[in-house]
Amino acid sequence: MIPRPKPERFRLRRTMMFMNAQKPGLFKDAYIYGCDSIMLDLEDAVAENQKDAARFSLYHALKTIDYGDTEVIVRINGLDTPHWQEDIRVCVAAGADGIRIAKCESAEDVRTVEKATEEAEKEFGVEVGRTLLMAALESPKGIINAYEICSASPRMFGVAISGGDFRKCMQTVPQPDGVDMLYARGQMLVAARAAGIQCFDTVFTNLDDEEGFQAEVLQNKAMGFDGKSLINPKQIRFVHEVYAPTEKEVIQAEKIVRAVRENADKGLGVFTVDGKMIDIAFLPSAERTLRLARAYGMYEGDLV
Amino acid sequence: MKILKPAVAGTLESSDVQVTVEPGNGKIELELSSSVMNQYGRQIKEKVLETLDRLEVNDARVTVVDKGALDCTIAARVECAVFRSCDASAKNLPWGGVIR
Amino acid sequence: MKNAVGRDIPDYLLVNGKEVYQGKNYMDGKYVQKAGPKTRRYEQPQESKIVASLADALRQCGAKSGMTFSFHHHLRDGDFVVNMVMKAAIEELGLEDLTIAATSLGSAHDPIADYIEQGKVIGIQTSGIRGRMGEVVSAGKLKTPAIIRSHGGRPRAIEAGEVHIDIAFVAAPTSDCVGNCRGIGGKSNCGSMGYAMTDAKYADHVVVVTDCLVDFPNMPASVEAIDVDAVVVVDSIGNPKKIASAAARISQNPRDLKMAEDVARVVAATPYFKDGFSFQTGVGGPSLAANLFIEKMMDEKNIKMGWAIGGICGPMVELLKKGKVGKVIDVQDFDLDAVNSINQTPNHFEMSASQYANPANKGAFVNKLDFVVLAALEIDTDFNVNVLTGSDGVLRGAPGGHPDTAAGSKCCIIVTPLVRGRMATVCEHVVTVTTPGDCVDVLVTDYGIAVNPLRQDLIKCLDEAGVPHVTIEELKEKAYSLVGRPDDLEWEDQVVAVLEARDGTILDVVKKIKPYTL
Repeated sequence: MIPRPKPERFRLRRTMMFMNAQKPGLFKDAYIYGCDSIMLDLEDAVAENQKDAARFSLYHALKTIDYGDTEVIVRINGLDTPHWQEDIRVCVAAGADGIRIAKCESAEDVRTVEKATEEAEKEFGVEVGRTLLMAALESPKGIINAYEICSASPRMFGVAISGGDFRKCMQTVPQPDGVDMLYARGQMLVAARAAGIQCFDTVFTNLDDEEGFQAEVLQNKAMGFDGKSLINPKQIRFVHEVYAPTEKEVIQAEKIVRAVRENADKGLGVFTVDGKMIDIAFLPSAERTLRLARAYGMYEGDLV
Repeated sequence: MKILKPAVAGTLESSDVQVTVEPGNGKIELELSSSVMNQYGRQIKEKVLETLDRLEVNDARVTVVDKGALDCTIAARVECAVFRSCDASAKNLPWGGVIR
Repeated sequence: MKNAVGRDIPDYLLVNGKEVYQGKNYMDGKYVQKAGPKTRRYEQPQESKIVASLADALRQCGAKSGMTFSFHHHLRDGDFVVNMVMKAAIEELGLEDLTIAATSLGSAHDPIADYIEQGKVIGIQTSGIRGRMGEVVSAGKLKTPAIIRSHGGRPRAIEAGEVHIDIAFVAAPTSDCVGNCRGIGGKSNCGSMGYAMTDAKYADHVVVVTDCLVDFPNMPASVEAIDVDAVVVVDSIGNPKKIASAAARISQNPRDLKMAEDVARVVAATPYFKDGFSFQTGVGGPSLAANLFIEKMMDEKNIKMGWAIGGICGPMVELLKKGKVGKVIDVQDFDLDAVNSINQTPNHFEMSASQYANPANKGAFVNKLDFVVLAALEIDTDFNVNVLTGSDGVLRGAPGGHPDTAAGSKCCIIVTPLVRGRMATVCEHVVTVTTPGDCVDVLVTDYGIAVNPLRQDLIKCLDEAGVPHVTIEELKEKAYSLVGRPDDLEWEDQVVAVLEARDGTILDVVKKIKPYTL
């Protein structure tokens, strides 16, 4: 049995790779590809009459396979199905790091899942609050209610958009410039940032369209996403490359963190670094850059 | 658990195992074939019997067609087949209890 | 007697000067007396050597019971010729006690298993053995142990007279009426005919079997009329669909791609990766995909590959056409792109098996090789590789050029997933040693890279380049932690196959497997 450390609510989540929880040959070692999180799917990837079988294999995989530092999230079935309660029970009992709520439309949905999660934690003797939550917004209603969803629970670490269903609702299809989801992505990002949680973009499904994928990842980064859901390991590398900080950014971040701490000791709130005005508001972003740099092996210091 | 009706779990895909359970004749009758029989046949048999024992199944005909599944998959398929045979695989499963 | 890879070789096999494997380059500097064939003089000018049937050709060449017939495997799984010839010899001429010495055998030759069971075929000498033939030999039904040799070991053994070929049958996609053969221009094309060349030079008799007769002279010939006794024209020598596949595609499997990329990182970290380097890769998923990443790294470093050898397929031809590799020297073709390129694309040449890989000649191509990338069924913690026997101990593979390129190259990289289904590829002891560990330098798996401790220089290179690596023991432990520790196979005493090292010493034996009962 592999005991997993307590999940971190805020950690690096550049890449979340979907894996069918029903296919033991695939997900047994999905961590070798180096994605930050694995998303074991009990929902769309599993046929209606195999939901039970998928839970058994999920339970034993999580109990026996050492996923190391890779986060393990499980996408559960929608709240409009007969499956979600048992999905939550198995996730909690098996020690998944987090649960992804499919088709989330309201804060009420989050609280429903939260309540069932807490009950399961009590039932299985798991520390209450251990299991993290994230929500997938797949409908216009979900996008409209993004802020209340993002701020519905202290377990919430992030929110993601699910492009397939959302585009259908909006009567559109993927566009090269992303205009089809520009508003939805923007609204979700604003909500996530207002609630102080992470925000992830949808999957890019055309594996042959390398150029389109790269354009979308670059746009994600420019818009401020924390990461992206993926369907194939070969997509991981590019996302990680795009999210890598530059050497200049790392040096600058290190200077800022040092300066903020030193000046705080001296009681100074505003000061200059390399001729630029800096105050305490720069600290979170600089610390995030250093943490990111550490993940890329670009920073080995002890400031973060 | 008592095997009430025939039930199957798992597939014949590589790295999977298909387990069929049927009501027995007073004991466990196991029929096992595996693509890795020579090196793992003994361990597969042990895993299947251990899992049945844990579920207190002692009267069943069990057919296992293994395609190189790992132990965790074997346990999962045996359990699923047994719970399906009792119509008990869909909810309120004893995770961490007899399923462990 | 235990050999240098720790395998116990029964003493009764160590007769007539046979020794156990002593380590790499043990035979270096020794002299060999080559064995000449006894051939018939054809002074009287002949208009044509065409005879009516295989039976007639057999009679003309004095075929009798107890003889050794040779075949090449350029028609791969599409080959009809081995089965046709053996049928004529056994069922029409009533011959018995025959030995088949083929450069390789595959599942196309399943019918030969019947002749083995009937005791008509009593000896097999080959590089590869698969399908039903592998099963009946593993079951101990062949009268004498099969002898398994590498592609370089075979021409060595033929030249040394250890294999005496009474009649060589050369399946030829095209031939003229006197037996000048080529691998192209017909309806069952195979491209290079490199494996047939040594056989034709050292056999007492040579029979060409073709399904496409062309005008004299069929030039440039791979097998020349000066060595040919008879030509037989048949309806079809093979199934073209199984001789050369459609273009070999580079794998899209993410696991293969991950490993291929790591292979390229290892290659690029060594001092051999410089302008003009030489390279060979297998056609398995990750080996072939390595081409893609190595090309990228060549571009980044602005260097070109000097030459490539081996079994050739489309992606290498593509590199040649793009001017990224100087010359391609080709012993066998795997797909239509390669078949259609040999001797057509400038700087795409044919070579013989001896030129390719023979350890006893004065300098085979493998000896000048910088890198070879190879697959494995199993590799153990001493870096010994098995590419012959399956996890059940049954013969189902081929050493091919594996041991030759591993021994000759400066950097031999094995690339394989850590586990296949429930099979641990990295293990404590391989079932059969087909390539000795002292010839293997680096192992790339999906779970990490390991370097042979004999190659401290390469360890230093990888460290300097920041390519992470672990010990092979760690990889083995990881594999066993995933799939469990396998039970040892159980064997009878009977030796069913002798595995010769490329220098002719005995590397390992395969015994009859005990039937498994739970």
